[in-house]
Formats: sequence, C-alpha cells, structure tokens
Amino acid sequence: MSDTKDMRPAPAATPVAPPADWTYAPAPESTDIVRIEDRYGLFIGGEFVEPKSAKWFPTINPATEDHLADVAEAGPEDVDLAVAAARDAYDSTWRDLPGSERAKYLFRIARQLAERSREFAVLESMNGGKPIKESRDVDLPLAAAHFFYYAGWADKLEYAFPHVVPTPIGVAGQVIPWNFPLLMAAWKLAPALAAGNTVVLKPAETTPLTALLLGQVIHEADLPPGVVNIVTGAGATGAALTGHDGIDKVAFTGSTDVGKTIQRQLAGSGKRLTLELGGKAANIVFEDAPIDQAVEGVVNGIFFNQGHVCCAGSRLLVEEPVFEELLDKLKDRLQTLRVGDPLDKNTDVGAINSKQQLTKIRELVDSGVEEGAEIYQPECVLPERGFWFAPTLFTNVSQSHRIAREEIFGPVLSILTFRTPEEAIEKANNTPYGLSAGIWTEKGSRILWMAERMRAGVVWANTFNRFDPASPFGGYKESGFGREGGLHGLEPYLQLEGRP
Amino acid sequence: MSDRLEVRRTAKLFIGGEFPRSESGRTFEVRGADGELLAHAARASRKDLRDAVKAARSAQATWAAKTAYNRGQILYRVAEMMEGRRGQFGSELREAGVDDPEREVSAAIDRWVWYAGWADKLAQVVGGTNPVAGSYFNFTLPEPTGVVGVVAPDEPPLLGLASRLAPAIVAGNTAVVLAGERAPLVAVSFGEVLATSDVPGGVVNLLTGSKTELLPWLAGHMDVNALDLTGCPSELAADVEVTAAENVKRVHRAAPVDPYDPRAQSPYEITALLEMKTVWHPIGA
Repeated sequence: MSDTKDMRPAPAATPVAPPADWTYAPAPESTDIVRIEDRYGLFIGGEFVEPKSAKWFPTINPATEDHLADVAEAGPEDVDLAVAAARDAYDSTWRDLPGSERAKYLFRIARQLAERSREFAVLESMNGGKPIKESRDVDLPLAAAHFFYYAGWADKLEYAFPHVVPTPIGVAGQVIPWNFPLLMAAWKLAPALAAGNTVVLKPAETTPLTALLLGQVIHEADLPPGVVNIVTGAGATGAALTGHDGIDKVAFTGSTDVGKTIQRQLAGSGKRLTLELGGKAANIVFEDAPIDQAVEGVVNGIFFNQGHVCCAGSRLLVEEPVFEELLDKLKDRLQTLRVGDPLDKNTDVGAINSKQQLTKIRELVDSGVEEGAEIYQPECVLPERGFWFAPTLFTNVSQSHRIAREEIFGPVLSILTFRTPEEAIEKANNTPYGLSAGIWTEKGSRILWMAERMRAGVVWANTFNRFDPASPFGGYKESGFGREGGLHGLEPYLQLEGRP
Repeated sequence: MSDRLEVRRTAKLFIGGEFPRSESGRTFEVRGADGELLAHAARASRKDLRDAVKAARSAQATWAAKTAYNRGQILYRVAEMMEGRRGQFGSELREAGVDDPEREVSAAIDRWVWYAGWADKLAQVVGGTNPVAGSYFNFTLPEPTGVVGVVAPDEPPLLGLASRLAPAIVAGNTAVVLAGERAPLVAVSFGEVLATSDVPGGVVNLLTGSKTELLPWLAGHMDVNALDLTGCPSELAADVEVTAAENVKRVHRAAPVDPYDPRAQSPYEITALLEMKTVWHPIGA
C-alpha cells in the first residue's frame, strides 16, 4: 500500500511488453452445486405460493441467453397479500420479539449463507453475468457479513442513538437492483429486521434467483412467517409496492430517474424514504500516486462487475504530468483483462446484465465517439451469444460530453486531466451526483484535504470499491439520501423519539 | 410617554446580510391580534427568493469552513443579542396575540443556546470510526448538505423560528427562511439580531410574504439541497414534495412534539439536514 517508492519503475525504464500469448486454459466452475427449479412462486407468509396474477416471466443467463427458470410476476393483489403478511407478522410477533431473539434469527441467516456460499455464488453468476471470482470473493462474503453485523445490533439498539427510545417503523417495502442481487438484498433486509421491522422485498426483474434462494434460507432458518416476503416482477410490481398504503417505509436502490419517481409517488404521504441512486464518481490520480497501484485501482474502479456499480469510478481525473504514463499502463492492463464466461475462474469481466443495459451502454458510447472523444478498446474476442461489451477507455473527453456527465453503468471509463488540486476538486464535484470518489496520492495530508472537499458520501484513498458492513454507504445530492451499513444504516429503520 | 414622534421601522427582507425591500415593490399589511395596523412588511417575490438562494450558496462554503468552535461562538452571540431584545420580541409577540410572550422569548433564547453548543460536539456524537476488515482507517463524519430552505412554523412564532433555524445552520448549512405568517415582524427583528451577531451575510436569509406564493419556487430551486417543511401548510405539502424530488432534496419535518417540551430539541434535528461522509484512509508502514 505505502512502500510504493520501491514499486515504482525508474523513470527511464521502458514498459515491459506483454507476452505474446495471454491465452488461459479454461477453468470453469461447476454448476452441479446449483439446483434451479422450473419455476418459482412468490415468497409470502413463509411459503412459496402461486401468483394470483397467474403471470410468469422467464429469467435467463445473460452470458448465454439460456432460459433458466420461470418466475412469478406479482400483480397488485399479490403485493396486497405480501404487505398484509408483513403487517400480520409485525403486529403478532416481530415487533415485540426481544432483540436478542431477532439477533439469533439473523445470525442463523448469516451462517447459512456462509455454508451455502458456493451455491449462491454460482447461481449469482449464472443469473447476473458477474465473474464467479467476484460473486465468490466479494458478493457472498459481504452478504453473510452484513447479516452477521446487523444481527449483533438487534439487541443493542438503545446504545446506538443516545437519549432516544428507538422503535421500529413497521412494514418496509424494499426495491433492489440487478447489479449485486443478493448483496443488495442483504443490505436491505439485515438492518430492517435487526431494527424490528418486517419486509416486502422486490428483487430486480433480471436477477430474481438468488433472492428467491435466500427466501429458502429464511424459511429454513424458521423466521416467523411473513417477516420477510419476496415479490418478483418488473417495474409495475415495484411501483405497486412503493405506492402501497400498507407500508410505512420505502427503501430503494437503483437509478436516479426511478428514485425521483418514487420520491414523487410518496410526496405528502409521510412515509419514510431512503434512496441509493446513481453516480458518476471521479477517481483522482495525483502525480505522486503509486502508479501501478493506481492502475489496478482504476481498473477495479470501473471494470469491477462490468461497471454495473453505482459508485463506479467512471471518470478518471489524472494530474497532467502522469497522464501519458498512466494511460499507457492502463491500455496495457486492459489488454490483459479476461472478458468472457462468468463461470470461468480466470474471468475478470463478465457479461452485461441484460440486452436493455447493453443497448444503453452502446448508445452512450456512440455518443462519446460522435461528440469527439477518442475511444480505445483492447483486442478481445467476445462470445457470440449473450450480452457483452469490451472494456472501453475514452480520452480527449470534455466535461460537457454525455460520457462525462451521464451514468453509463457499464465498463466505460472517461479520462480527463487536471493541473492543480483545486481544478481536480472543481471537476470532481461538477456533477449532480455525489456517491463516491477516489483519491490516489502518497501524501496523507492531501488525502484528508481532498476528502474534505469531495461532495460525495464515500471517499476511497489509494483504493476503490471497498465495502464493509460496518462502513456507512450512500450519496450526496442526486445520488440519494440515507445511509446503508454501519450504525448509520440502522437509522432509516427506526423512529428516534426523545427520551422524556 | 412624551409627545415625541416615534421613529417607525420599515419591515424589510434580510438577504445576504443586507435589508432590501422586495424587488417587486410589494408589501402586505401586518395587523395585530386586535386588528391594529402594525406595519407594511415586504412581500418577497420569486426574484427575492432566487437572490436569497444565491446569497445562501455564496456564503455556504465559508460558513462551513469556520471551525466548529467558532460557529458555536457566533451562534451563542445570537442568543446574547436576543436577550438584549427581549422587550422588542415580547411586545411583537404580545401584539400578535401570544398569551405568554415572556415564556416564549426565554424558551427561544434557551433553545438557541442549546443548539449553539452542538457545533463542536456533534461530530463526536453522530460520527465515528468504523472497524472495517482491512488495513484502512475508516471514519464517518457529518457534513453540511448545503443550502436549506426552512419553512418556519406560524406557531409559536419566535420559538418555532429558533427551533427550526438553529439546527439548520449550526453544522455549516446556510438557510433561506420563509417566515411564519402569523407574526412576520418577529422574523424581521430576528434578521436584525443576526445582522448584529457576527453571523456572516448570507448564512441566514429571511423572507416575509406568502408561503403559498413562494414555496413552489423554493421547492423547485435546483440550488437548494434540503427543505425543512415543519411550517409548510398541510394542503401544500404533497405538491411541494413532488417538486422537491426534481433534485432529490432532503425533506424534513420536526417531530410532532410540543415545542416547549425538551424532547423538541435533538441532535437528530441537526443530522436530518446533514450528509454523512465515510472516508477510507490507507494504513501502511
């Protein structure tokens, strides 16, 4: 991390040419561990039930376009039933259960996730397209850790907020995205349940399977029926849930556009709301940064999870003196990224999550070319079936370009330069978003000075895309409000009435 | 009383540390509980509101950059000035028909002092370090969200204003306040207190006039980060919140507690208008 002086190449050294052949032998993860049902009902009142809507939709593997299963599409009547089940469970058991008992249920879920983590990881990669090494090493450990962390809070809530009486809010309606399907379910469920609320969760349309498997885990953990309900479907199901009169709190993670729609939907209702929305994070590299480490951080910042990350470092700001060096190294590094089969253990960049998302990425990348930015893509052979997009760099980017302003949510990096720290701050904050930022420098005082000036909820220094259950996460400005993770992540699920 | 002719005050707006009339040239009659004409107060326009937001934005970074200790001292100074104007506030509240003006003035001053003291304590209570798995020093600190639109409640006029404004600005936000309509002269006098309290111009901007007229523009202003709608008439709330979503404004209302109850003051009234920033700082030899 810090002994970088030795790591940096001597100025005169010529870049090491990559070997001619980067072909790797396939290292596929077996899918035997996963048993996918033909179709999945809704998880309501502790059981998987047929949808009253009588509608089903297919869910596929985005890397192959193979059909995986049919999933129930919850209609308004189904959402009614789920909310009613959550309300019953809240009134009859969960709200009055001692925190220490709620804690034990959450510990059970954490343990079971860890026990079945390989199965979950494979299913996550099959349904969402993310590389297995990422679902295995990031999504699953973090999801289990999140339940474990909040489990311990359930009987300690009165220590979290001084001089108040913390009480649960009631029934929470939670809508989650497709980029980290299980992890986002964990982020939503764990604090809500620890605080004594019951939940209706709506997974994303394209990635319902791990949430439904989590439903099984919750069933096996003997949670009282109705404490967690899972309704699958698309936008209409989500809108039926967030607009439902029977819920007291809405938590949404997804695009800023949909977030605004939900905020409008809830206007005047008095319901509690938290939003975790889009981002256009700046990753700022100073001249004195440990360059090789920064290259890895920049790559991780934008190509991790195919760039389907709300806090992705999608704008790279480089101090001018190191621009050429960094760009050369980035291009070299991109050439070594392995794009392809998500289930191959060597894969760095997997499949784009859906055809719709691929269309959006292509459209924005086309706009970058049309507006005059210079595109670079490494030579890489993309599979013929499935949804794929090569890792992409743009140079010669102006702040007014769409690729510098709009969230692409794909493996596309826009590179800009700066000359002074003040200019870096100005450019970094020149966006309606404010979710995250990255700072690369060897100077500790500069890290803190820059961090203070970033209008963003999470600031990573000499690292990027790090997450931890104890670390609060959430945005400034149009990246949303409320925090998930840490002590602060409890607050959206509690009423804090003053102690008399 | 002698025969001396009284020097009457012109009730103006307070924007950017100055006391302009409304650019629109409009005023409205302020009458006491007994119907007596007290003043023609400035009736702020959309343009005045935009000027106020601009002043608040310009002042925000400097106000936030002051040391927390200094902000606490400045806000304490406001309480000192309020104390010196007890008589003026008291008579304005009496004219507005408040039963026990003395009690309200005292409560407003005490509330202001209570919040002033939070300036250099808040981060210790609501921030902290987070024990992450990895070699990072990870900490979370509260930061101002930026410009806050405060819709002051009509009731109680002075205590309500103090209870909403103090938590809005103590941590480094700046504010545009739509004054309560029942006793707008209290807000005018409060501006005069602020102007003599070392509060930098623009940190607080006070607009008298019609909430119904101004609220949609405040809610829709893209350079306002948050709204305290405690004093928003309930029939306007839904529309205001729809408009506020355009730039994802934070929307807050005070807990429904008797304003004289100690439970009406809380550090969470401050944090409702703040952001929490989490920093991952590397650790290494």
